[in-house]
Amino acid sequence: MSGNGRTKLVLGYGTCGIAAGANAVKEALERELATGKYAADLDIAGCMGFCFREPIVEFKDPDGRKVVYGDLTPKRVPQLLKAHLLNKEILEDWVVRRSDDPDFGEGDFIGNQHRIVLRNCGNINPEKIDEYIATGGYEAARKALTSMTPEELIDEVSKSGLRGRGGAGFPTGTKWGFARKARGDQKYLVCNADEGDPGAFMDRSVLEGDPHSVIEGMIIAGYAIGATQAYIYCRAEYPLALHRLDIAIAACREKGFLGGNIFGTGWDFDIKIKKGAGAFVCGEETALIASIEGKRGMPRPRPPFPANEGLWGKPTNINNVETLAGIPWIIANGGEKYAEVGTEKSKGTKVFCLAGKVRRSGLAEVPMGYTLRQVIFDVGGGVREGREFKAVQMGGPSGGCLPASMLDTLVDYDAIIATGAIMGSGGMIVADSTTCMVDLARYFLSFTQAESCGKCVPCRLGTKRMLEILTRICEGKGEPEDLERLEVLAADIKSASLCALGGTTPNPVLTTLKYFRHEYEDHIFNKKCTAGVCPSLITLFIDPDICTGCGACAKVCPVGAISGEKKEPHRIDADVCIRCKLCLSRCPEEAISAE
Amino acid sequence: MKDDACRCEERFANSDNLAPLEEVLERYREEKGALIPLLQDAQEAYGYLDEKIMRALAKGAGYQLSQVYGVATFYTQFRLEPIGEHLIRVCHGTACHVAGAELVSEEVSNFLGIKDGQTTPDRKFTLESVMCVGACSLSPIMIVDKDTHGKLKPANVRKVLKKYKGESEETE
Repeated sequence: MSGNGRTKLVLGYGTCGIAAGANAVKEALERELATGKYAADLDIAGCMGFCFREPIVEFKDPDGRKVVYGDLTPKRVPQLLKAHLLNKEILEDWVVRRSDDPDFGEGDFIGNQHRIVLRNCGNINPEKIDEYIATGGYEAARKALTSMTPEELIDEVSKSGLRGRGGAGFPTGTKWGFARKARGDQKYLVCNADEGDPGAFMDRSVLEGDPHSVIEGMIIAGYAIGATQAYIYCRAEYPLALHRLDIAIAACREKGFLGGNIFGTGWDFDIKIKKGAGAFVCGEETALIASIEGKRGMPRPRPPFPANEGLWGKPTNINNVETLAGIPWIIANGGEKYAEVGTEKSKGTKVFCLAGKVRRSGLAEVPMGYTLRQVIFDVGGGVREGREFKAVQMGGPSGGCLPASMLDTLVDYDAIIATGAIMGSGGMIVADSTTCMVDLARYFLSFTQAESCGKCVPCRLGTKRMLEILTRICEGKGEPEDLERLEVLAADIKSASLCALGGTTPNPVLTTLKYFRHEYEDHIFNKKCTAGVCPSLITLFIDPDICTGCGACAKVCPVGAISGEKKEPHRIDADVCIRCKLCLSRCPEEAISAE
Repeated sequence: MKDDACRCEERFANSDNLAPLEEVLERYREEKGALIPLLQDAQEAYGYLDEKIMRALAKGAGYQLSQVYGVATFYTQFRLEPIGEHLIRVCHGTACHVAGAELVSEEVSNFLGIKDGQTTPDRKFTLESVMCVGACSLSPIMIVDKDTHGKLKPANVRKVLKKYKGESEETE
């Protein structure tokens, strides 16, 4: 790429980068490069994973050195280009990572990862199929279709030990085997890109950063099970992912990788995109199928399983984005090679989205068998602002909250299930002392309650009752019997719900009850929220020694509860205060606190 | 008021005019089970789905009105009410929640005098709470139209919104 003596600049241009201001940085870079002063060219890539330092540009120097700069602004662009390209000087303060000194800056964020699914994310331009091909892309599909039988393919995937990355962890090879054996004149393959878990964005990042890896995985899967038509069911909330998929699919048709007689083998295979319309339950297989058919996305009892009776009543195989993105690597390198990574029953790698109070939020792909501690501290850099780690929430609304004492749990399907949480799709939200675990449980219940499709009673009414109880505990109106009521309801919902949404809904409550029971008891018996979150249980006050009397708090208070002379310490009238905490966030001196 | 009505018509078709819907129906004439894309495209053309549109769509595509209404009310993407000139979406994903999304929503509510799901009387702003938009590293997040404002402090909310207020005043 850089053989012409020019430096290649690669701008992180995924949703996270754009949200952080990559468009303005892109314009500034283009403007500067257009002056002709610099021997450099600009290109884009998907998310590199360093979401916490966006917007980001990587400089690929002609000598092979790579330097990643972060926290860019349009203003900083001229200074950066001049320093790096003309003065050959590295602006260390902005460096995120440099290849000639892997430990420098945030280098260990990547250094501690093992990237298979994210192999190309941030490295190639996702809108150019030739860049994917240059990395060996579509060679695995060619190999699969021209030199392997479907049975050999399924065998290879079984050997890899790959399990469904959507959350449930069902062995992918076995699943393909069911669909292969199912009888039907037409079979379908569906890629589940309805990433609805709040706090999970790995599927979006893969689709935006390396859509071809998913398409190639789909070609291989389609051939293995005997499906000629495939769908990608993607959230409408991911416009950039949808846009890049459109480009990628069109490019594949042009190259003959999709359409009729692909790779000249006589095999027909094509992909259609279906935009989801916003319903969390559509991540469930049978609900997703109903949604593609144009119906309300409501699950139905299984069996019959989709492998036998799926879309339009035909055999259908559904795999998640991350599962499919790993397939080309497995076929290219062999299932055994993949199985070398990981634990006995959980092979390969898992992509996590680190977010919440973690210092480095972003994409982390780690080998199975890492401890949660390694993921959160070695990769994620620990908790922000030096605060103490309190919990990690894994698996979104279906998952659970694990305390510090569980940090040595391995990233392994079975080890995590044993804790009461689930591996889930990969969301990892770190909580610190300022997060109230009862409020967090209430938050998840309010989510699942709103997203319950309403078909079965345990989920529809059970979640409502649980939410009511949690809400009153947060409001300081909890009753001593409420904890037992929650446990009884949770057990009933778990055992009697129709689908996994209902069946896993109690997990956030059960895990917080198990590991953070004292917080519930504090709310119910002592009417205290030690994290200072639940409005009814806190008092806001101004420290007179810190307050400078600037009046910013009084100005923002919606109920006029704050009074004081200018330049004199102010005070909050607790009887009037509605504890909205707006003053707390507005105070420039941090003189206001909640207790 | 008159000005606002004019702007609405520029952006979206009026449901008295069924020509855009005919185009949408034509687009999916051959496709099986296309009710969701039909509604998505119709909403894109009209801004929201009112009774007239849903009736015409049901008739044109061969569905019962109850099926159309059932799907339109099941998925959060579909709106049965028109929205204001600027759509404010406050993310309430997990990362945003623990980062104080509640305070952001409250600040928007206080500033504009509307609650979640409501539109200001002058039809300038609509406030919506949305589930995770997948940009968790920038939490808490507020999206106004197509611009994302991340790492938001409640204290900055007014500053951001004033910009949109100012803009719309200028164009008047």
